[in-house]
Amino acid sequence: MKIEFLYYEDCPSHEQALARLRQIIAEEGVEAQIRIHKLETEAQAKAWHFVGSPTILINGEDIDPPPPNAPTALTCRVYRWGDGRISPLPSPEMIRRALNAHRNDIPPQNDELTT
Amino acid sequence: MSLRIGDKAIDFTLPCTDGHEHSLSDWQDRPVLVVIFSCNHCPYAQAWEQRIIDLQAQFKSQGVKFAVINANDPVKYPADSFDEMKKRAREKGYNFPYLWDESQEVARAYGATRTPEVFVFDADRRLRYHGAVDDNFEDPSAVQQHYLRDAIAALLAGEEPPVAETPPVGCTIKWK
Repeated sequence: MKIEFLYYEDCPSHEQALARLRQIIAEEGVEAQIRIHKLETEAQAKAWHFVGSPTILINGEDIDPPPPNAPTALTCRVYRWGDGRISPLPSPEMIRRALNAHRNDIPPQNDELTT
Repeated sequence: MSLRIGDKAIDFTLPCTDGHEHSLSDWQDRPVLVVIFSCNHCPYAQAWEQRIIDLQAQFKSQGVKFAVINANDPVKYPADSFDEMKKRAREKGYNFPYLWDESQEVARAYGATRTPEVFVFDADRRLRYHGAVDDNFEDPSAVQQHYLRDAIAALLAGEEPPVAETPPVGCTIKWK
């Protein structure tokens, strides 16, 4: 499983989000390679379809897919949890559900975007 | 330049989502004044938003006044425009003035850097608490330290706030 962790330095949630991601990967016993990308320009945000920090892609798919017309921006990302709470971090359940949904994927072969 | 604990509040006059202008001096008779720099788009501001509304409601009868200021650049962040502020104040039922610091001069004068960022002033308008609302943006039921609530309660009781300063936690203010 290939995981891309995208973040914007000004938004302070990324360290906690990355720790949460790693913890849940360990809890679920998933074999995953995490690549961390620090985005610094609007051009990078556009190239990654980055709607806010942090963003987690599993095998190329956002764990909480934003609307197709959501604007890209170097900003903090709003996550709406299942219980209605709003947070700058994805919920543990959101990450867990996405990991399990991709558990049997065949990873994409091409890596077009790197930072 | 930024405010330090014990400094006097800096006056301002800013347009509000209620259609009027408001100044610090409008609330000179209030025993405690809470100034919060916040905005629409930031998830930290949204996560703490209801708690701020609830705290204003809780302390209203004791004369405590909250004023919330958005200083973000609406060109880079259209969700923080004055029109969007008016919508959010209406939709969320804000029980405090939501002010627009278009020039960003007030935010710079106060030394605010994050949204949300709290400044609590006593009856003499000396800064007595500065920082975060509480210690858990993610889960209101798991809060251990109610910094803002406890600072207000202490000042109303004529006591020192138990904590005078914490690091503000949130999005950066979006400067022009």
